[in-house]
Amino acid sequence: MFYGISLTAILVALWLTLSGPFTLSGDYPIVMGLGVISIIVTVVLTYRMRIVDRQTVPVGPAIPLFAYWGWLGGEIVKSNLAVLRLIMKPEIEVEPRLVRVAAEQRSELGLCVFANSITLTPGTVTVDVEDDGFLVHALDNSFTDPAGFAEMGARSDTASDGKKTGDR
Amino acid sequence: MTFLTFLVAIGMAVAMAIMLARLFAGPTLYDRVLAANSFGTKTVLFLLVFSALVGRQDAIDIALLYALINFVATIAILKFFRYRSLEIALAQMSLRKALDGEYEK
Amino acid sequence: MSAAEIFQYARDAFSIGAMAVGLVFVIAGATGVMRLPDFYTRMHAAGVTDTLGAELIILGLIAQAGDWQTAAKLALVGLLLFLTSPTATHAIANAAHRAGQKPDLSHFKPKHPADAGSSEGQK
Repeated sequence: MFYGISLTAILVALWLTLSGPFTLSGDYPIVMGLGVISIIVTVVLTYRMRIVDRQTVPVGPAIPLFAYWGWLGGEIVKSNLAVLRLIMKPEIEVEPRLVRVAAEQRSELGLCVFANSITLTPGTVTVDVEDDGFLVHALDNSFTDPAGFAEMGARSDTASDGKKTGDR
Repeated sequence: MTFLTFLVAIGMAVAMAIMLARLFAGPTLYDRVLAANSFGTKTVLFLLVFSALVGRQDAIDIALLYALINFVATIAILKFFRYRSLEIALAQMSLRKALDGEYEK
Repeated sequence: MSAAEIFQYARDAFSIGAMAVGLVFVIAGATGVMRLPDFYTRMHAAGVTDTLGAELIILGLIAQAGDWQTAAKLALVGLLLFLTSPTATHAIANAAHRAGQKPDLSHFKPKHPADAGSSEGQK
């Protein structure tokens, strides 16, 4: 129920952002009625699909996720500069690598955040998802630092599921 | 300020032209899909810059829609070339899932 | 010079810087897509455009947006690109991998997760 209400609030905010300006004249009641109808239809459909839960409406870990995005932004800038240096050389000399990265996130949300972070960081792309890790293609040898992957994994796990306690 | 915006629009057009060259030259299918997807991203940026340039807010809505359609189109092209069909794929996937479940038990 | 003017100048300077750097990144990404040798490496060059180039240009446009609604819409487009571009890139890479396309590293076999980084290439 909490997630349903949060989803409705997010949809209302989205609709208010997309359709303005807010004048109470003319055919505004029609537009607002259409908005209300579409929001109700969307919420009912998602309830029928049974996909409204903690992982599809991540309002609980929203603030840690935003903090994580801040850290991720720094990483993206760093690796963007590295990739820029590689591809603007007069002679292309790269050493592509295919490595496996262990993924020890506790939930599918954490796994999704981790895989998307790897792909979002230029120079590394998640190619395949396997049982106990990801297959990652790296543009150069210098991008396959296991400590960097481990830190990113730990941070994404903490951001999506809270601090790691002993028993899950 | 306006000059820089204009320059960014020209740069987007140049990048789109390069992407078109890769789209026609790409040796494999996936190069072409990648070029098409990247072309779509640059089109979104071009639309945003265009809306700032001529002062029309409508172009932002079009850019939002274009970003969504670009994503869905990429997924649809990849799905079609993996399963060679857009209709059978769902049935195939559910059948495979059911069979896997059977075999695991 | 009043505070409002200083704010105006700072906003314009930020906008100009962000858009210029973003333009450089986008052009560099497009050049990389043309220059790199192999499909899997071209993917990384496209990623440069999709992340930092796009976001910086959108930031620059947000800084010179007139009203809050335009800024919110621009931020929404940026968020959408931020969320969908890695998914699309992963879908393309995964499709190529599943279709049996080998990356150009000549019989390199990945090792177990335990030693992910110590990849001595068996070229």
